[in-house]
Amino acid sequence: MFSRDGVTGITFHRTPARTFAALFHMETPTRTKTVEERRNVVILFAGDSGDGIQLTGTQFTDTNALFGNDVSTFPNFPAEIRAPQGTLAGVSGYQLHFGSTEIFTPGDLCDVLVVMNAAALKANLGKLKKGGIIIANSDGFDAKNLRLAGYIDQQDPLTDGTLANYTVHAVDVTKMTRNALAETTLGMKEKDRCKNMFVLGFINWMFSRSLENSERFLQEKFSKKPELLDANRRALLAGFNYGDTSETFTTRFDVRPAPLPKGTYRSITGNQGIALGLVAAAQKAGLDMFYGSYPITPASDILHELARHKNFGVKTFQAEDEIAAICSAIGASYGGALGVTASSGPGIALKGEAMGLAFMLEIPLVIVNVQRGGPSTGLPTKTEQADLWQAIHGRNGEAPIPVLAASSPTDCFEMAFEAVRIAVEHMTPVILLSDGYIANGAEPWRFPQASELHAITPPFATPRTNDEQEKFLPYKRDGKGVRPWAVPGMKGLQHRIGGIEKEDGTGNISYDPLNHEKMVRLRAEKVRKVVEGVPPLDLSNGVESGDLLILGWGSTYGAIKTAVNELCAEGQCVGHVHLRYLFPFRKELGELISRFKRVLIPEMNSGQLRQLIRAEFLVDAKGLNKIQGMPFTAAEIKAAALEHLKQ
Amino acid sequence: MTTATEVINGSSAPAKLDYASDQEVRWCPGCGDYSILKQVETVLKEKGLPKEDIVFISGIGCSSRFPYYLDTFGMHSIHGRAPAIVSGLRAVRPDLSVWMITGDGDSLSIGGNHLIHLLRRNVDVNVLLFNNEIYGLTKGQYSPTSPEGAVTKSTPMGSVDHPFNPLALCKGADATFLARAMDRDPKQLRDVLLRADAHRGTSLVEIYQNCNVFNDGAFEVFTEKASKPFHTLFVEQGKPLVFANGTKGIKLDGMTPVIVDLADGTTSLNDLWVHDERDAFKASILVRLFEDPRHEGAMPRPFGVFYVADRPTVESRIIEQVELATTRKGAGDLDALLRGERTWTIG
Repeated sequence: MFSRDGVTGITFHRTPARTFAALFHMETPTRTKTVEERRNVVILFAGDSGDGIQLTGTQFTDTNALFGNDVSTFPNFPAEIRAPQGTLAGVSGYQLHFGSTEIFTPGDLCDVLVVMNAAALKANLGKLKKGGIIIANSDGFDAKNLRLAGYIDQQDPLTDGTLANYTVHAVDVTKMTRNALAETTLGMKEKDRCKNMFVLGFINWMFSRSLENSERFLQEKFSKKPELLDANRRALLAGFNYGDTSETFTTRFDVRPAPLPKGTYRSITGNQGIALGLVAAAQKAGLDMFYGSYPITPASDILHELARHKNFGVKTFQAEDEIAAICSAIGASYGGALGVTASSGPGIALKGEAMGLAFMLEIPLVIVNVQRGGPSTGLPTKTEQADLWQAIHGRNGEAPIPVLAASSPTDCFEMAFEAVRIAVEHMTPVILLSDGYIANGAEPWRFPQASELHAITPPFATPRTNDEQEKFLPYKRDGKGVRPWAVPGMKGLQHRIGGIEKEDGTGNISYDPLNHEKMVRLRAEKVRKVVEGVPPLDLSNGVESGDLLILGWGSTYGAIKTAVNELCAEGQCVGHVHLRYLFPFRKELGELISRFKRVLIPEMNSGQLRQLIRAEFLVDAKGLNKIQGMPFTAAEIKAAALEHLKQ
Repeated sequence: MTTATEVINGSSAPAKLDYASDQEVRWCPGCGDYSILKQVETVLKEKGLPKEDIVFISGIGCSSRFPYYLDTFGMHSIHGRAPAIVSGLRAVRPDLSVWMITGDGDSLSIGGNHLIHLLRRNVDVNVLLFNNEIYGLTKGQYSPTSPEGAVTKSTPMGSVDHPFNPLALCKGADATFLARAMDRDPKQLRDVLLRADAHRGTSLVEIYQNCNVFNDGAFEVFTEKASKPFHTLFVEQGKPLVFANGTKGIKLDGMTPVIVDLADGTTSLNDLWVHDERDAFKASILVRLFEDPRHEGAMPRPFGVFYVADRPTVESRIIEQVELATTRKGAGDLDALLRGERTWTIG
């Protein structure tokens, strides 16, 4: 069933110059260990933000994805780049859910918790299932670490019996990594930086995975640094062998490949999805792309990704501020390119006035908001869905802008593509909402072929020939209410546009009262028509009518889907509709809602979609609201659904 | 890769185009803006570029209505942001002739940040900064160039803010072209505009413009026939700095400019500071000749092209990188991009 793709051009089958066996005079393991099969596993790696936790996590994710598991991940960063070592503030986490079945979330509670120090344990113990496995770096539980983590009287939880409900494996990762690297010439600090590879090796052993993928990764990463390559490989193998030889570990686990739809897959994060969706759509529209942005967490990775793809005609511009970022994108669109800007809540607030200008000019523009906890600076590295009202209402005057939301990392690709299509074909700014949870989370993606993607048709005006005397009307609309895109350089189409109210048709300044009302209505009508005739892109699951509709948007998709699957399996009459068009709403939504007795809207805010739904459809929707900077668990949604079903 | 430029017709410049639009000009009668508009039209005619290849981008303020009065492409944008819009436009359309119209409030107050970054990046655009030392469109508040003590609607007891010296600010931001002109000297304005247009990079032209409604006579001492020779200094490349109808000059005493008398026989033209617009250090001193002309013995206010430097424009560097990436990696292959670096197949 499972095969690897040789098309990538990556040296997938390359044999290392020296095999591990040759390097370590390795014997084939002879010890017998039990292998226990699991349907799915949630593992959380946690340590200091300098411990290389994210790398360990992404490597193990890649290995499992390549093996054929379905995967979903949730990296959880501290706000500080290097918070004081050993403190709770400095704990970085990477949660991975992998399974032999389809998976929609990074998992509620963990089966396995890997902690590099006492603070990592303290911060994450609550996320571990009762009876779960703790793998602890015992060196990270010395007196200093215990004190920094705030353990009272420096009581060591690894030995004081407080973890009696869990299976604890204390492993001196530091010491064993140093031992494994004793023959190398590296300094102590550099040796200690290989600890994460020891852990990765051990985890690979624990879950019956080969080291081939991690080995190949190291080959590529350290191809020009043979010393570091050698050291990291030694640590990786030492970790693997430790599991194999240590008497402590008698059980390995195995998670078989998942029956995912046939096809070729890759792993993708939400921010990558957005970047690729934008590039793909620009190509399909035949437009050069200009990306103006100002660095902000958690949106910066879109800039980083796009800056790597200049050979697609992508121009990236790190502007002096958020306002310049959007205004430069407006300038690029005015020049006939696809202008895009992205930010997070605080930056979006600064872009508000310019969004109004783009709306008034009626030119294509895509604005991405990778939401984070707010208000103000809020929780920069945590997730939230609290910018929905800002997206829909956050401009002066009546400036309706289509608002879309992506529901998962792979959906980020589709919705970015859709955002470009609407912006270009309808000559309007479009806001795409993502959030920190799906921006950094990864999942397998059965990527499309370029030929499968729809063409996008910019409504370019037709340049005049010398004989034609007919005056160009920049605001003359077509049947969809869309004006022509007349770009500087198009002969005979000179015209002036701006933020001041303009006369219908000519675009000349007009203060006429009736003209103003007409223009406000024409612009709103154009945006309303955006949802006409588009395929039903909102996602749905469960029953089509019944006792309870769970209505969601954005990154809550996976948790709701998991909960609804479980509820339906238990015989509950529950449906799930997941909105990707937040403004304007799709017309059939009202009818769909009316088929259910109750409506529950889970959101990572105080009820922003709920208010919009109640206002639009006069339905008594109830909310499930979590404002903790953390995504919903499926269990939370299921419990709330059961509660509502009782009423 | 198709771009908008490819759907554009090729065109050649017809003789003596009329660049005026069909819109009625609505500045106050007697406003200095009329004179600047006329000189810009003259320059456009002289250059004779096709109308569709010219773009005027403005911000907000009286001067920013400018684009409506020309039959070119134009955008009247939002307050202070024209430099950012120009930067994006330029990055994708290096083929156009781009002009930016702004005022002292627009580009030195609300848009100050964008202006300095435009200059350091050296985006190829002709910036006409209409300085009238007042907020006109909002009806008479002081601006960041109003002198200390200026009595305006918002400063009935006189302004307590120290004003910007616009050209010194722009020099500090590493501008590659710095010039000053005035609405009341059309010929000099025209010459400066031609020079600005010829420069590749950000050409910053500060234009003293009289607001006859809210700040009438702000520059009278520089523009009126009687006082002009004694308070202004018109610099010319390679020429000594002479003013007051040839009776006075400026020489450099070390790094300090001093006024010398040319009539008393103690100093000759050979002793004077010779203008060199390529000298960054001299330019830094020149822009600092900014004394209040009402003060006894004040330095004359210089006009003309102060500084010119060659530095690649940011858009040329952006485009170079796109070309280099394409040379190195080949034109973008969308399938390869979607596939990424690692894949696996199920089925």
